[in-house]
Amino acid sequence: MIRFLFKGLLRDKHRSLIPFLVTASGVMLTVVFHAWMTGVIGNSIEFNARFSSGHVRIMTRAYAENAAQSPNDLAILGTDTLTGIIAAQWPEMEFAERIYFAGIVDVADEYGETRSQGPAMGFGIDLLSDGTVEAQRLNIPSSLKSGRLPAAAHEALLSKDFADKLGITPGDTFTLVSSSMYGELTMYNFILSGTVDFGTTALDRGTIIADINDVREALDMHDAAGEILGFFREGTYDRERARIIADQFNARYSSEEDEFSPVMTTLAQDKTMGFLVDYSGKLQGILVLVFIMSMSLILWNAGLLGGLRRYGEFGMRLAIGEEKGHVYRTMMMESFLIGLFGSVAGLATGMVIALYLQNHGVDLGIMMKNASIMMPRVFRAHITPATWYIGFIPGLVSTQIGTMLAGIGIYKRQTAQLFKELEA
Amino acid sequence: MKKLTFILLIAISGIIPALAQYPDGKEILQKIDFNLSSENRIFLSSMVIHGRRSTHTVKMKTWTAGTKKSFTEYLFPVREQGTKMLKLENQLWIYSPSADRIIQIAGHMLRQSVMGSDLSYEDLMEDSRLTERYNAEVTGEETVEGRACWVITLSAFVPEIAYQGMKLWVDRERNIPLREEMYAKSGTLLKRSELSDVELINGRWYPKKIMFKDMLKEGMGTELIIEEIQFNVDIPDYIFSKASLKK
Repeated sequence: MIRFLFKGLLRDKHRSLIPFLVTASGVMLTVVFHAWMTGVIGNSIEFNARFSSGHVRIMTRAYAENAAQSPNDLAILGTDTLTGIIAAQWPEMEFAERIYFAGIVDVADEYGETRSQGPAMGFGIDLLSDGTVEAQRLNIPSSLKSGRLPAAAHEALLSKDFADKLGITPGDTFTLVSSSMYGELTMYNFILSGTVDFGTTALDRGTIIADINDVREALDMHDAAGEILGFFREGTYDRERARIIADQFNARYSSEEDEFSPVMTTLAQDKTMGFLVDYSGKLQGILVLVFIMSMSLILWNAGLLGGLRRYGEFGMRLAIGEEKGHVYRTMMMESFLIGLFGSVAGLATGMVIALYLQNHGVDLGIMMKNASIMMPRVFRAHITPATWYIGFIPGLVSTQIGTMLAGIGIYKRQTAQLFKELEA
Repeated sequence: MKKLTFILLIAISGIIPALAQYPDGKEILQKIDFNLSSENRIFLSSMVIHGRRSTHTVKMKTWTAGTKKSFTEYLFPVREQGTKMLKLENQLWIYSPSADRIIQIAGHMLRQSVMGSDLSYEDLMEDSRLTERYNAEVTGEETVEGRACWVITLSAFVPEIAYQGMKLWVDRERNIPLREEMYAKSGTLLKRSELSDVELINGRWYPKKIMFKDMLKEGMGTELIIEEIQFNVDIPDYIFSKASLKK
């Protein structure tokens, strides 16, 4: 029976080609769109997690209230001990101490007077200890435009545009003018070891990156850090696990009465990233719904057109005694075959495109040039297990729904009228 | 006619006592300037900064000539030892011995806190005489710390100034403010200070302790304690030069 129907579909292209192409292109678009959106949202979340919010983030309660301003006077004290304890307690996570700060980078002339200066935002990260992965985490080695990574104390990186504006090159000395943890004006000399370009305006405008111990020295923050970020070792954010860890941490170490007690928040609780995390969770549902609805409408329409074209054929089949149910079932079987082959073809094409986008990515740097939020320059698609079925199953279902709706007309045909219609 | 005379009498009887009761604000400002300003002075002071989290103390020695020149050397804590600050007219430089750099403080940096205190560099820049900056009007009388005070409202007549308005509670007998409130142009209260331990030094009343509170900042305020002060002593000119910052 299936062979018979299959031959019919192959020989009568009018019956199969359009629904096949509609299904295949719909599935392909869904597969590519899902992989792309998952990738873009995931890239943005991971990028921000790596630079600012972590998968989990520990701050003092007072710091957390104004975290956007990085108030280092409210930093966590005794971070060496705390980091050691939590690293042993949650071995599935890697913890990294960070100090975010603002200040002015000042370059002296030969007389020690200011030659050039500009406002800077800074990252104090672990660049020098054995086995640190912070530089890789922030993608610094591949963002290096000149010079090298800091290899000793008193060395720092500046964003390329900023260094160019200040007129300094690797090997030159500059002074960071900032506020200490106690609010005092501080000055600290750095040697520029290299320049970086992240391709993100928010980061490339005026960034200084230095080893956290240098920043501690500069800002008088001994054994302190503004924040401790936690990252899942497998690299991706696990919302539920993060929530459990945060609950456990807060129950053990945080106190509402003490504004300087540490508090852990998750990426999903982050004011800016929370929306994206929520959105990425709902993305699959939205995609499936939109796909099935639109494809069903298109295929219903195609089915109606086919039904009209095959009006005479159905009439003849009914007239010679074929049951309405049998005609309907053969139509459903035909549409199943079209849906199956269309979905396979769409999935295969979509996967090839998604794989290309995953491996090569798309450089949207020009669009990001004036973006003030932190976004990566190169976006990549991300194929997940859901990508395999997100288009395939709706491809099958929608062809069936389309045919079911279009085929209802068969049951409205009156046997008594058939011969008159055939005679005509 | 009788009615008009009666109204005029009532009005005059209200105005005359008021005029008699409140002295001229400008005159009081001149007396305050006499007490607080001098040809030059050298003083040793401590700043006790009561932060949101902890309290720390900074000690310094300051040389001042008139209202245009000032030089400060930080003596304590060790981290700040040797940090120097020079003010000439409306320019301010800071020298940090650890970085061996002189940086000019300008623009928005002037609004930064001095050593984490409730004072900004802008506050340090504005130590000219009150009569050179404000119009004054006596608006009432109150008692502060058991002393009868005039309440004076000041409004700035110079355009570029940190505080467009001030309110002073001035000791009627000693002509020294015991309380000050500094306002922005919008009327927002920016800072408050309480002056105490007023002593007669070389014929002028001078507060040895001032408690500053930046109203926009959390924390318990900053105490400025004058430990030693000398008025009208000879200060060599080289003190007020950029060369002395690195000495």
